[in-house]
Amino acid sequence: MTTTASPARGTPPRAPSLVVAASPHLKGRESVATIMWNVVAALVPLVAASAWLFGVSALLVVLASVIGATATEHFVGRRGTLADGSAAITGILLGLTLPAGIPLWAAALGGAFAIGVGKLLFGGLGYNIFNPALLGRAFLMAAFPVALTTWPKAGTGGFWALRGDNFAFPFAAAGHTDAVTAATPLGLFKFEHQLTGASSLFFGDVGGSLGETSALLILLCGGYLALRRFLDWRIPLSVLGTVALLQGALHLADAAKYASPAFALLSGGLMLGAVFMATDMVTAPVTKLGRWVFGATIGVTVVVIRTWGGLPEGVMYSILLANALVPYINTVTQPRVFGARRAKRAPSETNGVVAR
Amino acid sequence: MAEARAALLSRLVRGAASRASAFGFSHGVHPPEHKELTAHLPIRRMPYPDEVVLPLRQHAGKPATLVATPGQHVERGDLLAAADGWVSSPVHASASGWIADVDWWPHPDGSMCRAVRIRVERYSAQIARPRLVPDWHGLTHEQVLRAVQDAGVVGLGGAAFPTHVKLQPPSDARIDTLVINGAECEPYLTTDHRTMAEYPERVHFGVRIMMHALGVRRAVIGVERNKPDAIDALERTRPADLDVTVLPLTVKYPQGAEKMLLKAVLDREVPSGTLPASVGAIVQNVASVATLAEVFETGLPLIERIVTVTGGGVARPANLIIPVGTKTADVIAYCGGLTDDAAEVLNGGPMMGTALRNLDAPVLKGTTGIVALTRDEVRDMAQSPCIHCGRCLDACPMFLNPSLLGDLARAGRHDEMAEAHLADCMLCGSCSYVCPSNIPLAQLFGASKAALRRQAAAKAGAA
Repeated sequence: MTTTASPARGTPPRAPSLVVAASPHLKGRESVATIMWNVVAALVPLVAASAWLFGVSALLVVLASVIGATATEHFVGRRGTLADGSAAITGILLGLTLPAGIPLWAAALGGAFAIGVGKLLFGGLGYNIFNPALLGRAFLMAAFPVALTTWPKAGTGGFWALRGDNFAFPFAAAGHTDAVTAATPLGLFKFEHQLTGASSLFFGDVGGSLGETSALLILLCGGYLALRRFLDWRIPLSVLGTVALLQGALHLADAAKYASPAFALLSGGLMLGAVFMATDMVTAPVTKLGRWVFGATIGVTVVVIRTWGGLPEGVMYSILLANALVPYINTVTQPRVFGARRAKRAPSETNGVVAR
Repeated sequence: MAEARAALLSRLVRGAASRASAFGFSHGVHPPEHKELTAHLPIRRMPYPDEVVLPLRQHAGKPATLVATPGQHVERGDLLAAADGWVSSPVHASASGWIADVDWWPHPDGSMCRAVRIRVERYSAQIARPRLVPDWHGLTHEQVLRAVQDAGVVGLGGAAFPTHVKLQPPSDARIDTLVINGAECEPYLTTDHRTMAEYPERVHFGVRIMMHALGVRRAVIGVERNKPDAIDALERTRPADLDVTVLPLTVKYPQGAEKMLLKAVLDREVPSGTLPASVGAIVQNVASVATLAEVFETGLPLIERIVTVTGGGVARPANLIIPVGTKTADVIAYCGGLTDDAAEVLNGGPMMGTALRNLDAPVLKGTTGIVALTRDEVRDMAQSPCIHCGRCLDACPMFLNPSLLGDLARAGRHDEMAEAHLADCMLCGSCSYVCPSNIPLAQLFGASKAALRRQAAAKAGAA
């Protein structure tokens, strides 16, 4: 037996420029940017529809909140994260939850708050607990309640007519405007007990925020994302299903007092929230069962707030509340490991390694 | 766009089909197959290289102990190193020539390993010494196992676990079915495919011997549906006196993993932490079965194997019979060399194979393929944070939570990973493959497993 080393042969020349990496050596094509920019693409029709309904004001508001969000991401956050498209989504989504007449500086401030406080303070993409766009809206709601609840009527005035004092100076008293305002269908129902027809709700010819007006378009765009698997259909289905069930039960109990399930589903921000906000991957559970639970939690809270709360609308708070529950939902809905009897969090005895 | 639409359509169709068929498992991924490069190419024999290098560690278990001496002349098939105990396997000369030396040599796994270097005799006919061909009929279970071990047969699917050990199930296990793994779910590879299509009788003969050794009445050969000619060939040559079924499986990675295959073929779920024997089945790779048949046909030990040399980085892809110990560089040179855009050379398939840092690393008994990936295919190293999309949970065939495990791994919380069933992870890489954030999850898990092993060893040493 010989072990005499001959160094010249023991270390043969390394082949130049070969990549040496750990397996797997192949990678699926879809990246975070693919997902995010597809969501952006799915939101574009909604923005276009809101421009058709609310004129140039809609475009200005969305643009302002996108600028607020992306500028904050770029100048405050780590450099280079704009390209993943997530800040643009937050900006567009926030813009879609605002009324067309809101001053642009407020929309931009909301976008900055959404990214700055809602996302960057938590550590940036992937680490935030709450949906940043909704947090931005909650902030605006608290700071400017009047501007946030002055709803221009859709489809009135020409394209170039402003729907409010979009160009108001920061913190100046709102100037006089000629825009026709209208209460939202939910506000009408809650405070004046008037019902809006299902078809106008479906096609969006009603008062409301930019993006919450056409249920049909939201479903189409969301359907595209669900087919490409950029959102999990379980979440909108469980949100909408829960609302329909509960509202149906209430409606059966007292049809005069409680609105029909169709009205509940089609009115307000429910559709936009269920399809585009609750499905935000970062702030939703990772497990499939967890996503059903998460959606149902939102649905129940929405019906409770709308029926017995002081507000006409409750989607925003419902989703934010459910966001807070996500870590717990994840913990209790872990999948059953293949070959294990049941999902359990206790130490397993099978691997022989853990000593705790 | 057209591609995306086609993928969408095929996903819908496949979804409907997989519900209709029971022969698959849940979760898993569909990487592009790329088998068209070599699937139609008949197996050819590569000429003998100038020298072969045979590492003493080519199998799971203890390395073999050297019995040959430098300067000695050996014939093809002569013993170079003997098995060191039961879970070990001998190494034989894969070509006749003179032993140049025994020294450290680059191993495909990236380490250095003691290896026997043989200067191949030029102008030799490479005929092995005449030897006794064991007659399997008359052999007892123990004698068959001894013959299998003496021939150095190991699992040819990649892990190279000694075959005779797998043919000796625990005494309390009652084995009723022999399952043959012909899934070949790794992209690019076509060795098992060509073996089944060209040597179906050999496969059935190997199955017969294994059934005899195990004393089981039933065997099932699982083959993914993307190999219709292999399924046809196996069906055509199916022996009438044996209960052998050829079962078409869904095309999905990792269909060839033991536990996934048993779920697909027998609908049996191997309990966490146990071996397939606990559900009454033994799984063998189809190439190992064919090799076993060769041992009992010719008396020759495992000294050569079928290897797919493929990938966009290889000039002329091929399915080759290669002497074990042939240097990767020699194989690639025979196939026309690397192309200009070749970037990564793999020993094994692209999902679980290892990247070679040194092309002098030889072909081993467990080398299923040599795959040269092009620059475009190589993984990007840039990562983004986990966005909790949950795709890894949908991909994991073991129903683990790779998202959570990845967070724990990066925080170094290995004990908690063990509680979260890290031991059930088989490092198939499905999670890394689908991760849109490009987080190297499988790599993290491999490192964490190693850390836990070190921890346990340290604890055992302290006690």
